[in-house]
Amino acid sequence: MHYHTPASFEEAVRIAASAGGVTRFLAGGTDVLVQLRAGAVTPDDLIDLKHIPGVHDIAATPQGGWRIGVAVSGAELGEHAALKRDWPGVVEAMELVGSTQVQGRATLTGNLCNGSPAADSVPALVAAGARVAVTGPQGSREMAVEQVPTGPGKTALGPGDLITAITLPPRGAGGGDAYQRFIPRTEMDIAVVGCAVNLTLEGDVITQARVALGAVAPTVMLVPEAAEAIISTTLDSDALEALVKVARSAARPISDKRGTAEFRTDIAGVLARRVAELAYARAKGRAK
Amino acid sequence: MSKIHVTATVNGDSVEFLADPRETLLDALRDHLGLIGSKEGCGTGDCGACSVLLDGRLVSACLVLGVEAEGHEIETIEGMAGPDGTLHPLQRKFIEHAALQCGFCTPGFLVASKALLAKTPDPTEEEVRYWLAGNLCRCTGYDKIIRAVMDAAAEMRGAA
Ligand SMILES: Cc1cc2nc3c(=O)[nH]c(=O)nc-3n(C[C@H](O)[C@H](O)[C@H](O)COP(=O)(O)OP(=O)(O)OC[C@H]3O[C@@H](n4cnc5c(N)ncnc54)[C@H](O)[C@@H]3O)c2cc1C
Ligand code: FES
Ligand code: FES
Repeated sequence: MHYHTPASFEEAVRIAASAGGVTRFLAGGTDVLVQLRAGAVTPDDLIDLKHIPGVHDIAATPQGGWRIGVAVSGAELGEHAALKRDWPGVVEAMELVGSTQVQGRATLTGNLCNGSPAADSVPALVAAGARVAVTGPQGSREMAVEQVPTGPGKTALGPGDLITAITLPPRGAGGGDAYQRFIPRTEMDIAVVGCAVNLTLEGDVITQARVALGAVAPTVMLVPEAAEAIISTTLDSDALEALVKVARSAARPISDKRGTAEFRTDIAGVLARRVAELAYARAKGRAK
Repeated sequence: MSKIHVTATVNGDSVEFLADPRETLLDALRDHLGLIGSKEGCGTGDCGACSVLLDGRLVSACLVLGVEAEGHEIETIEGMAGPDGTLHPLQRKFIEHAALQCGFCTPGFLVASKALLAKTPDPTEEEVRYWLAGNLCRCTGYDKIIRAVMDAAAEMRGAA
């Protein structure tokens, strides 16, 4: 295994593009090292992104959003008061990843690129409308987060492509987001179902919404029908009923040791309701 | 396999070692530097027995490569007691509360607890339990450990 520490994204792309064998980028390493240890993936070339200038920064964008570097850890996100005020759902989702020790290393980008359908931060990023900047042998482009995962462990990134930053849009007035997952324990477990909701209010009425589900399909998914069920409502009981129904019908889960398909489908509805209520309360300034 | 020369600071001392890039920081500490206080319970980030501070941040040394330590500061359990052997309040309280049996998990719990108290000097019991959720103990059970941490926190606040 060759270990590289490029000083720029262009150099990282060059190394990745010219590498013949298995290549991995190294952010926090909490997936890469576990796979290395298990013998599941032993990269021929391991490209550490943490020496590239700017990768540790959380910066406000000129538009009023946030640009998050690809080496920013969960712990650093959690300590950033202004980001947490704008996007509490994104931050709380990332903070659910692993233990305090894992939080010291794990990144949003690694969570996304590892491609797990149960990745906790991904539904929150999708609901928030986050975008990623991608650089590769073919040049640079932008993608919506929901376009990145294509199946368990698979992404739309081509050989040599890498993400250079994640951008969260401006929060704006009357907004709120939230993420929750169901796990059988209280800590240190993988989501059986995860759900994120992001919404904007005018007065009491929801004018915009995005709802994402995790662990109930081969990829985290955006569920536009679920958003439609609550847009133009005050999240009254009829709207919540409709949301629960739509979330359940969108779920296409498998049965495994963590839960049956039937259970996951049911929980998708339960979580959609709870998370929508929390996002709404946050938008109203009634909850942190 | 070509080895990489790594320079880092461990418990305040500058150290150098030659690392195979596949080796973890835990391997480097134990096998190259003779610091065997950090333990390998799982090697996959689940147990916390390998907890160390990397630039003041709590991490699992089994989830960091040795080569990633280049230029960074590491604190291990060996740096916890004073140079004359005076125990850290957490170490004393673990003994007083009998918060260990085999002791395999203890270095990890101590390092993790120290990181908690540096950030949150007056934690609630719930905060202690959540912070230490990634540290597993096979023998003692968690109550005595939590009590020892709460008691050490109280003493350290009083002493400050
Ligand atoms: C004990 C433990 C508990 C965990 N608990 C959870 C949990 O509760 N929820 C959860 O979702 N996950 C969990 N995980 C998984 C893991 O911690 C997360 O997926 C984490 O966010 C990965 O981030 P990383 O920075 O460590 O990624 P890395 O391991 O560095 O990288 C992961 C993947 O992303 C690729 N990659 C990294 N950066 C880039 C980039 N800029 N461009 C392109 N590709 C890139 C790498 O090549 C690799 O394939 C846990 C892991 C452990 C060890
Ligand atoms: S040995 Fe590192 S967490 Fe278990
Ligand atoms: S005292 Fe034996 S593992 Fe904790």
